[in-house]
Amino acid sequence: MSTIVPAVAPPVVEEERPSREARAPAPRFNRAAIGFLAPAAIFVGVFIIYPVIATVIRSLFNRTGETFVGLDNYVKVFTDSRTLHAIQNNIIWLLVFPIAVTGFGVMFAVLLERVPYRLVVRTILFTPMAVSLLASGVIWRIMYQQSPETGAMNAVIASVANAITHPGHYQGARPSQPDLIQPAGDGYQLAQTVAPGDVVHMGFIGFPASEIPAGAQDAKDPSAQSGRVVGVVWRDFVPGGGGEVGQVEPGKKGMPNMTVQLVDSKGSVAAQSQSDSAGDFSFPSSGSGPYHVVLPAQNFHPPFGGVQWLGSSLVTPAIILAAIWVWVGFATVTIGAGLATMSRDLLEAARVDGATEWQVFRRVTIPLLSPLLIVVFITLVINVLKIFDLVYTIAPGSVIPDANVIALQLYLVAFTGLGDFGIGSAIAVFLFLLVIPIMAANIRRFQGEG
Amino acid sequence: MNSSRLGRVLCVTVLVSLLAACGTSNSTSGNKPLAGKKVEVAAVWSKDEQKNFEAVLKGFSDKTGATATFTSTGDQIGTVLGSRIASNSPPDVAVLPQPGLLKDLATKGSLKELDSDTANVVGQNYAPVWKELGTVNGKFYGVFFKAANKSTVWYNVKVLKDAGVQPPGSMADLTKTLATISASGVKPLSVGGADGWTLTDWFENAYLNIAGRDNYVKLTTHTIKWTDQTVKDTLTALAQVLQDKYVAGGLSGALQTDFPTSVANIAGNPPKAAIVYEGDFVEGTLKDTSHLTPGTDFNFFPFPGKSGASNSVMGGGDVAVRLTDNTAGVELVKYLASPEAAQIWAAKGGFASANKKVDVSVYPDPVAKASAQALANAQSFVFDMSDQAPAAFGGTKGSGEWADLQAWLKNPANVDAATAQLEKDATAAYGS
Repeated sequence: MSTIVPAVAPPVVEEERPSREARAPAPRFNRAAIGFLAPAAIFVGVFIIYPVIATVIRSLFNRTGETFVGLDNYVKVFTDSRTLHAIQNNIIWLLVFPIAVTGFGVMFAVLLERVPYRLVVRTILFTPMAVSLLASGVIWRIMYQQSPETGAMNAVIASVANAITHPGHYQGARPSQPDLIQPAGDGYQLAQTVAPGDVVHMGFIGFPASEIPAGAQDAKDPSAQSGRVVGVVWRDFVPGGGGEVGQVEPGKKGMPNMTVQLVDSKGSVAAQSQSDSAGDFSFPSSGSGPYHVVLPAQNFHPPFGGVQWLGSSLVTPAIILAAIWVWVGFATVTIGAGLATMSRDLLEAARVDGATEWQVFRRVTIPLLSPLLIVVFITLVINVLKIFDLVYTIAPGSVIPDANVIALQLYLVAFTGLGDFGIGSAIAVFLFLLVIPIMAANIRRFQGEG
Repeated sequence: MNSSRLGRVLCVTVLVSLLAACGTSNSTSGNKPLAGKKVEVAAVWSKDEQKNFEAVLKGFSDKTGATATFTSTGDQIGTVLGSRIASNSPPDVAVLPQPGLLKDLATKGSLKELDSDTANVVGQNYAPVWKELGTVNGKFYGVFFKAANKSTVWYNVKVLKDAGVQPPGSMADLTKTLATISASGVKPLSVGGADGWTLTDWFENAYLNIAGRDNYVKLTTHTIKWTDQTVKDTLTALAQVLQDKYVAGGLSGALQTDFPTSVANIAGNPPKAAIVYEGDFVEGTLKDTSHLTPGTDFNFFPFPGKSGASNSVMGGGDVAVRLTDNTAGVELVKYLASPEAAQIWAAKGGFASANKKVDVSVYPDPVAKASAQALANAQSFVFDMSDQAPAAFGGTKGSGEWADLQAWLKNPANVDAATAQLEKDATAAYGS
């Protein structure tokens, strides 16, 4: 060290002169810089720094802003079950959304490299970004409707589900005497076993008269036949709820075309029959029994009723899917642009060295893309922390507490309902603190690049 | 329209100059005592409602000769009136959509007490309850010109006929009716639980009938707690009606069903449900969105009473008040209390009057007529409780009473948890 000092010392003296010259224009330069920076500085001060400070201060006061409450609002934020649920949901968002979107973005971008008309495909993928989030939310809310008649998602599933399990004609029908006729799987069976010579009565309610097949006649009580099990299935309902339950009476229609099975004690089907237009059925004479009389599920299969996408359990995954649809275009286009500027030579070199396409992707493309991927990822992380619009528009009012996220809770607390700006500000400060490390990492990375 | 308005303005101008010239008015205005006078009316109405109300104002002009102009304030009538009062240029007459606003303005001294003539007209034409509702601290300020009946339960006529049931009178009848409709093969109830306000309306009707008007008023001002036994009894009674097996889509499905869908459910072919509860505006929704005819295809019955048919009505109303001493304004408010004013709008539809003297044959269909008659003959009438509560409690998606009743509907048997949460949120919102 000591050897350096004399070596440096002379230039210091030398420097005196130029530095005095340099110092003279320096204030001018600074003044100009200040002049140019001033508008931006004022802007940042008025619209960013002041609001941040004001929000922090506001978060220490009560709802009306009159009383200083210290950290009370923060305590309330972290003890309120709704806010905690919102934070929990945000964590789910944070774990799933940025990775999924970046992953899909890379996948689409790389695959699009090999596709003709990639501009068209890319434009289509990007279109959701051009639609307002509110409109996207409304679209997805409709797509997620539970009824397959209105919800597109369930309509698609229904077309498959109903093809696999044919809906039965007597869907919704239930026994008029639940103690005598019990559920068996999705069908029903007589509680007591029968033997040949018995007459079986199976009355049903909960099935509209208008859906009874045309040509059905009033139910007829069959007479016993020796050696055979006979019976009747009928709609055991008289308008007004009159009549006697379990009785075949005038005005009660038979239920035609019901599949009826005779099941032996081992559980195998001994005989199968269909009811006629008066609801009567009979089995050919067979063994001695005892048998169970079963109306199998095929009679009663309900049609696919629709997945409850917007129910409390599925609502968050459903909204995340919608958000992925919105953002994947952004990731694809950004990463695609990065791919386009990437040097092909390295890829070619790797291929010449015998690397497989997967190895090229994994060992060359991804490392080269990684700075860009981080930018995309961080953008998504910041966006997911402040996600609001889609949640607010897609979730029905009744599941908002289940779908809640931090930014939405902030809005609900501060701008609707109680209008509690104290708690709202506390949530805002919390959200701000969450974003700071990410922003800091981002800024450091920019500086590193510079 | 424009030319006639221009004509009227010209007439007024000519009249004013005549008045100035000769100092008499009777010679040109004949039996129109207010010729040349002007009056300004402010209300929230716009579009069709504004057009219909302007027809009423024209009736007033034709009768009295005064020129009445209408100002639409949009939804924020409180703010608009507040700033106009502050700048000393209030409209002569305002029609307020919220009872709370009537009380606010009266307490601040912005309203003029109505003259004894008008009070007498109201006394003759309206049930006593309506005069009480227009009175603040013993002074009579407001005439209920338009009213809404939110104690109407709507049903598909054919479904009830197929099931062989009559519209029920009491809550117990209702439960029995639901069981029979269910046995007939149609889901008896449709509930729009995705919108919280449909549930508050359910609760308010049941509470009014079970706990009575006095408790209703107390709960509205939060002078009794939501953990009160009357609230628990009401929710327990409602749980008998809102059973999973009776509701189209089950209770979880009801929480996914918004109000328009819940109404459409009783109109489908085949209908997905037999009965839907909401206010008299359901008639308009059904007429606009289905091919059903009021009276023959769909109809309503009054919300069931505790032990028999009920004549308590929950709803809303638009109350006409005076903010100046303009004589034309005095006459206009008196005119709005008359049957002839109400009949003009009633004939055009989308309107119900609590005025007993209104000729009910002017209503466009039998259903509108019956709904208005229920209003006019109601023994007790209360305003929608959640509309009067602080918005934080009674009017916010995802919080307060809306969210609490939605949470309750997931498991209606859990009454204690629901009332505890309601009380907690009410305390926060009412500030006491």
